[in-house]
Amino acid sequence: MKRTVITVVGKDSVGIIAKVCTYLANNKINILDISQTIVQGFFNMMMIVDTSETPKAFDVILEELEQIGTEIGVIIKAQHEDIFDKMHRI
Amino acid sequence: MINIHEVIETNKMIEQENLDVRTITLGISLLDCAGPDLAEVNAKIYDKITTTAKDLVATGNKIQREYGIPIVNKRISVTPIALVGAAACKTVEDYVSIAKTLDRAAATVGVNFLGGYSALVSKSMTASDELLIRSIPQALSQTERVCSSVNVGSTRTGIDMNAVKLLGDIILETAQLTKEKDSIGCAKLVVFCNAPDDNPFMAGAFHGVTEGDAVVNVGVSGPGVVKKALESVRGADFETLCETIKKTAFKITRVGQLVAQEASKMLNVPFGIVDLSLAPTPAIGDSVAEILEEIGLEYAGAPGTTAALALLNDQVKKGGVMASSFVGGLSGAFIPVSEDQGMINAVEAGALTLEKLEAMTCVCSVGLDMIAIPGDTKATTISGIIADEMAIGMINQKTTAVRIIPVIGKTVGDRVEFGGLLGYSPIMPVNQFSCDNFINRGGRIPAPIHSFKN
Repeated sequence: MKRTVITVVGKDSVGIIAKVCTYLANNKINILDISQTIVQGFFNMMMIVDTSETPKAFDVILEELEQIGTEIGVIIKAQHEDIFDKMHRI
Repeated sequence: MINIHEVIETNKMIEQENLDVRTITLGISLLDCAGPDLAEVNAKIYDKITTTAKDLVATGNKIQREYGIPIVNKRISVTPIALVGAAACKTVEDYVSIAKTLDRAAATVGVNFLGGYSALVSKSMTASDELLIRSIPQALSQTERVCSSVNVGSTRTGIDMNAVKLLGDIILETAQLTKEKDSIGCAKLVVFCNAPDDNPFMAGAFHGVTEGDAVVNVGVSGPGVVKKALESVRGADFETLCETIKKTAFKITRVGQLVAQEASKMLNVPFGIVDLSLAPTPAIGDSVAEILEEIGLEYAGAPGTTAALALLNDQVKKGGVMASSFVGGLSGAFIPVSEDQGMINAVEAGALTLEKLEAMTCVCSVGLDMIAIPGDTKATTISGIIADEMAIGMINQKTTAVRIIPVIGKTVGDRVEFGGLLGYSPIMPVNQFSCDNFINRGGRIPAPIHSFKN
């Protein structure tokens, strides 16, 4: 399984999660975990997803998510989970 | 599973605190390119570098995108050219032709610096070593991406004072030949004692003869992350301070380790080492001097600076060593002047002198780094500064280095702009008293005793 962490940061508004989830569903990306919090007034959402079934290349997903973020006025990033795992787990 | 606060913490380090991987450096052995025919040597060098490193830049960019961590530089280090060119090079111009080949190869694969136009002369120089050293001014003024280094001493062999003397002249000549660009050639020349074989950082990187055919070494950075972490423990005691640095260094280094392993896998080249260095840039919030200020000093250079730097350096190593399977290179806090806004401020405020910098180099890597001095400084004085720094390295069994820039046409009170990551610097005053008779003696300083340490 190839795990990716998707983060969404920005001003809260209606339908952010719906929009991102729709994109993921359409691209066969399974959501394993989802959580959200408010940091310094900003909406922060994190999803851990499984990208092993998606036919799209990582670069393409990265760009398309970025594009969705621009449309709804938030910043969406996708990163391989390893960077967080390595930094915070021994 | 990773939680949201850990994800936010990591991304804050990257987005707001300048966490990055400073360099992925691909070390390439050129020993198999040596031979008596210069044209053939040049062709082999070009082919080997452009073949081995053809995917380096693309790989760095791919890792950057997939993990969301900036990888600032992709670079190459090669076998010291004095060894590779020894059989083929009979004149200074012969060596310069190799420098040009290296420059061309670096441009082809898209790296901004290539290190290894080097000679290892810690005991004495061969004819070939001396020829290479004499070719440095021309090589550095006629190329853009080539970096040069000379190892003139070690704890095991002592210091080759003939080479130290020669390098005083070479540095001045390099400054003279690049005077139109504020003597920037000297920013690409490092004089070492105890030079490591696996240093990924420029300008002193070279691929040592103890290394394999090719190797991936990674240099991490992150002074901004350490500074931010220390802001949360203001006023706390030294135990808390040290623990905070250690934990932060661990996290930074883990990223370096991950990047090194990924790069190694993608390039199909063995992973060498992670260099645990705090490498500043001129960007605000990416400064080692600001960490020293956060520890409690008004400016870097104030009394207490050496102690603060010693503990910083030591804790970075303690945290980093466990985070990586192989640690090497220079591994320590860098204290360049022009590349660190906090150091520049300290010099301009009159808090930091060349002598204090020398004391600081006793407890950290690397040495007198990116220091601009008046262009009319005598060659023997430059050699004297080098000799002092080499002696610190030799006696203390550590790497020390000098990267000093006599800026032709400028003097104390002036300021010099190198641009980009090299930054800017005020010209620092140099002690005016002579060391001519000392430097002119010639010969070498014997290796030090390894017991009775006091």
